[in-house]
Amino acid sequence: MTDTTKTPGITPEIVAEHGLKPEEYRKVLEIMGREPNLVELGIFSVMWSEHCSYKSSKVWLKKLPTQGPQVICGPGENAGVVDIGDGMAAIFKIESHNHPSFIEPYQGAATGVGGILRDVFTMGARPIMNLNALRFGSPDHPKTRHLVSGVVAGIGGYGNCVGIPTVAGEVNFHPAYNGNILVNAMTVGLAPADRIFYSAAAGAGNPVVYVGSKTGRDGIHGATMASAEFGEDSEEKRPTVQVGDPFTEKLLIEACLELMATDAIVAIQDMGAAGLTSSSFEMASKGGVGVELDLDRVPLREEGMTPYEIMLSESQERMLMVIKPGREELTRGIFEKWDLDFAVIGRLTETGKMVLRWHGEVAGELPIDPLALASPEYDRPWTPTTPPPPLDPASLPERDPLEALETLIGCPDLASRRWIWEQYDHLVMGNTVVRPGADAGVVRLPAECGGGKKGLAAKVDCTPRYCLADPVQGGRQAVAEACRNLYAVGARPLAVTNNLNFGNPEKPEIMGQLVGCLQGMGEACRALGAPVVSGNVSLYNETEGKAILPTPTIGAIGLVEDVARIPGAGLAEAGLALVLLGRTRGELGQSLYLREIEGREEGAPPPVDLEAERAAGELLLALIAKGRVSACHDLSDGGLLVAAAEMALAGTVGCALDVPGETPKTAWLFGEDQGRYLLAVRDADAILSAAEAAGVPAVRVGETGGDALKLSDGSAISVASLRRAHEGWLPAYMAAELAAE
Amino acid sequence: MRSAVIVFPGSNREMDMVAALEQASGKKPALVFHKDTELPEVDLIVLPGGFSHGDYLRAGAMAARSPVMAEVRRRAEKGVPVLGVCNGFQILTEAGLLPGALMRNASLRFVCKNVTLRCENAQTLFTGAMEAGQRMTVPCAHMDGNYFADADTMKRLEDSGGIAFRYVDGEGRTTEEANPNGSLDNVAGVFNETKTVLGLMPHPEDATDPLHGGTDGRALFHGLAEALA
Repeated sequence: MTDTTKTPGITPEIVAEHGLKPEEYRKVLEIMGREPNLVELGIFSVMWSEHCSYKSSKVWLKKLPTQGPQVICGPGENAGVVDIGDGMAAIFKIESHNHPSFIEPYQGAATGVGGILRDVFTMGARPIMNLNALRFGSPDHPKTRHLVSGVVAGIGGYGNCVGIPTVAGEVNFHPAYNGNILVNAMTVGLAPADRIFYSAAAGAGNPVVYVGSKTGRDGIHGATMASAEFGEDSEEKRPTVQVGDPFTEKLLIEACLELMATDAIVAIQDMGAAGLTSSSFEMASKGGVGVELDLDRVPLREEGMTPYEIMLSESQERMLMVIKPGREELTRGIFEKWDLDFAVIGRLTETGKMVLRWHGEVAGELPIDPLALASPEYDRPWTPTTPPPPLDPASLPERDPLEALETLIGCPDLASRRWIWEQYDHLVMGNTVVRPGADAGVVRLPAECGGGKKGLAAKVDCTPRYCLADPVQGGRQAVAEACRNLYAVGARPLAVTNNLNFGNPEKPEIMGQLVGCLQGMGEACRALGAPVVSGNVSLYNETEGKAILPTPTIGAIGLVEDVARIPGAGLAEAGLALVLLGRTRGELGQSLYLREIEGREEGAPPPVDLEAERAAGELLLALIAKGRVSACHDLSDGGLLVAAAEMALAGTVGCALDVPGETPKTAWLFGEDQGRYLLAVRDADAILSAAEAAGVPAVRVGETGGDALKLSDGSAISVASLRRAHEGWLPAYMAAELAAE
Repeated sequence: MRSAVIVFPGSNREMDMVAALEQASGKKPALVFHKDTELPEVDLIVLPGGFSHGDYLRAGAMAARSPVMAEVRRRAEKGVPVLGVCNGFQILTEAGLLPGALMRNASLRFVCKNVTLRCENAQTLFTGAMEAGQRMTVPCAHMDGNYFADADTMKRLEDSGGIAFRYVDGEGRTTEEANPNGSLDNVAGVFNETKTVLGLMPHPEDATDPLHGGTDGRALFHGLAEALA
């Protein structure tokens, strides 16, 4: 990078290299009243990138429900904050690190975890659990193994070292992600409800403090990279991927939480995408103040760095704070105790401007509000997706259901993820009550929060193939399934965070997917009483013009009143009745059965009846609270037969299932009708009458026992064979990597 | 039993350990920072799990040279019992307080799962509440738990009751499948010569509450609390 304070003039090529459209550059000139220098242009570029400005989605995001009696802080801060009672708050958010993870899977995924952890502890919370939602290309694609291996190792490498348990997640494989994988990481933290820290700067003259790691040249223009489509040159973008240092992050957590116990902090913001630029602009803009930064004081890792590089670096594990005057030495003492850098790098002013000083000269001077608030906002043209007609189950050939089950239970989307979550420390902190592999992860809350009985449950969910076929139903389904997974562990949904992963929004059909998914998501959040309190948008997920499946991942959290009453995920006892809650029509459109067994991706996805979802969920919570449910699992991919098999695999006994005559057998066993749960119970009659009273369809479908899964026609498959298929696929697939190299 | 838990930069299971010690002894352990050069009067010193200094050098190598370790060594030489779990075990080998070394897992991957341990020597103050051959299921969570020592050291350990725990299967056999990390002879934990220092890779502190899914880890802490009451 050349000297950037004296530039030869901004050419249209330089503007284009910074990802700004000509009309956007005209707005830059208008705001500045002159030609910007390169530092200033770089700042506009990252601040107005899709990643930082949400310019394509903002108009639609505003329609989501974000309020509720439990909401302490909705979208707009580093993370969402909800009240969980007993004077405590849960702080959580999900964020994508898709593009970096495709370019450099280990560091991309690792820094994704680091970034989301910072968003949460910045607000005063100690992180208590991590989750992740991963989408990879086809297992046959030559890059997939390498990406799975690197992403999983990166997530583990970061989270394990920092010491936060990774308790749940989801993984899909589909060719639509061949050139553009998705890595969405979520963190949930815990803080006293009256000690939440925000980012709005205040108090002219107050010192602006930099803490954490030194600034290097890594990640320059990461935010603009993450806002562009990939071409064939994506390999060359590797230097824009940041490198994570989880050890420093761990120290930063401890130092920040120690400082937060004092009265020193006025405002705090992590340096994430667009680094010092975005953090300082957002803090100043939210507080309506100006800021002067002395870039000579920024701790640097390398010599010869320019103001342009310092402002745009995305070096990790850094925080920016405004502290009260006179608290400098207290703050310095805490950060030096933890061997972290500390520097006063500027002051707040009343000018409404950002002034950057470097070697005694002004390296940049920009008005804050026009830049931060007047970022472009587009109401992009969109065309709604026309959902395909429903699939007639009678059009499918008859097949042996147990053979199909053996195939399904070992297919890439349903095979055991043990190989993955055994690489994540899911037990550190000693509070994990429900481990990975169950419907949702559950962490016990500390004794001061409900006497040690309460727990916090969390899960991430989305079914992209439904979203592609019918974005509205798909958007609803993502919320409904995430909440269903919470209900299944006895948790009442509190709120959600969303990660909107889509293709290029400048294409009307992609924009239509986004609009449709958000509509469905909003409807479901309202119906289930779980507002959206934080989120992240990742657009331009395309490679050479091919978009990913629309993937609006939902991360949901819920409160468990009594962790001792959480039903098991597996069948642990013979002689229990199996009861199916929810209505079964036999929806095979867009089902996993149709794709994996018939090789067809067709039909309308299962419709989501939100009232029925809520009624079934509430009934289940009441039954669990009364201790009437021994084991429970929600029905999703693969329907009833897969759910029964998963419960047998998670437990110690098998089961026998009745196959009624009125619905086609395949549709009954593999249909993906929504709003359903399979329960193992001691007293089926009590469950059936409670369900009738609640208006929830319920039917006894079998009983537990034996070491096989049996159907009423006498056919059977041993749990051992199912286990071989289920546990075998991923380790064998990943072992082939070593053989190949 | 008065105890102290050392906090290194990057320790992350110190609170799990504090909870287990407090449950067994009824006394809150003291937390001692790695930069401290003094230790309170205690009956037991514990080095907890984590990634001290990020394990960016060999696991435990930098922590073994922390200021506090001089005092830990002095106390250990005086016979004060020292327990190291996971990263704590790695630090004890790097400090020369225990024989052998912990190498990268044979799979080259981090591993977090339940393992079954067999008590190999019940005649120590750590294992007084156990019987020889007793099995317990506790979780492990580590990247570098592959125990190695040269043949002479292994023989000396074996002959002197220096092997504390081995990884075994449900029937108590030391199979390859039961070994999560490739440790030589399925060794999961070792004692020093005087049986006053114990290091082990798995986490008994995370198996002390029914909500953990098992309480087999209690035997270690209750045995210690009884022996050091």
